[in-house]
Amino acid sequence: MLGFLSSLAGRILALTVALGALWLLLSFYFDEPTLLGFGAMSVAVTVWLTHHLGILDREGVPTRVFPGILPYMFWLTVEIGKANVIVVREVLRPTLRLSPKMIRVPANQVSDLGRTIFGNSVTLTPGTITVDVDRDTLVIHALTEALADQDAIGDMGDRVTAFDRAEPRTQAVKC
Amino acid sequence: MIDVILDVLSRGLFLLGGLLVFAGALGVLRFPDFYTRMHAAGVTDTMGADLVLLAMALQADDLITIVKLFFIFVFLVLTSPVSTHAAAHAAFVGGLRPLTGADLTPAEEGEGPRPVRAARRTEGAS
Repeated sequence: MLGFLSSLAGRILALTVALGALWLLLSFYFDEPTLLGFGAMSVAVTVWLTHHLGILDREGVPTRVFPGILPYMFWLTVEIGKANVIVVREVLRPTLRLSPKMIRVPANQVSDLGRTIFGNSVTLTPGTITVDVDRDTLVIHALTEALADQDAIGDMGDRVTAFDRAEPRTQAVKC
Repeated sequence: MIDVILDVLSRGLFLLGGLLVFAGALGVLRFPDFYTRMHAAGVTDTMGADLVLLAMALQADDLITIVKLFFIFVFLVLTSPVSTHAAAHAAFVGGLRPLTGADLTPAEEGEGPRPVRAARRTEGAS
């Protein structure tokens, strides 16, 4: 089932369902045939254009990150909450006691998308910002010595790697 | 009864979110250099905005408002790290040296990770 979503037909189905759901949720029209018809038409045109542009591939419609990314997002939200408390405590300290540090953390994700998700997760967590991406390492600026925890950030990277599985490269060519 | 509980919860979240936004602004004023200030701005971007959005969702009286607030949350999560990274990356590649260590001295040339972008470009050219 999940393998099917990585095929071209699977990606077309996934994009159609996602765009249809987006249209319905933003408009909330369920009983206006004319408007629903226009909605269906715009979804169809978008899917056709996406296919025509050749971006209906593992990067344009990354079906492989589902469903693994959902528990990851939940975990990340909790981490962001914890990091916020730490940074706010630093802000409110009567005399600032910062010790900023630059570190390098390996990013071994198989795809560019995985590396992007990892880099963005690091930036989204207050106290750490990805300032540069080398081929397979992230250059990170951390607010304090305690936040510059290479193991904790590496653990975040492993979690991204876990749901960002490899896909055969030929598939991108075929689409 | 449930309305009152939701209302109180919502107002509490508004207050907490507002305080976090304020703390972010205070951090931007207090922190010593560009990179550290970006961390403070991150508090406003994430927890501050999220709590205010959650509070608004509790005030909403129909589903469509909640769905739209959820979309705002999703797009905020997707775009805010990209803009933060763009600004920080531009400063880093542009040669702005971060203050490092407990004594906040500017990182010396060659100390710590350096911008790799320029080096790679010359590699490709040769």
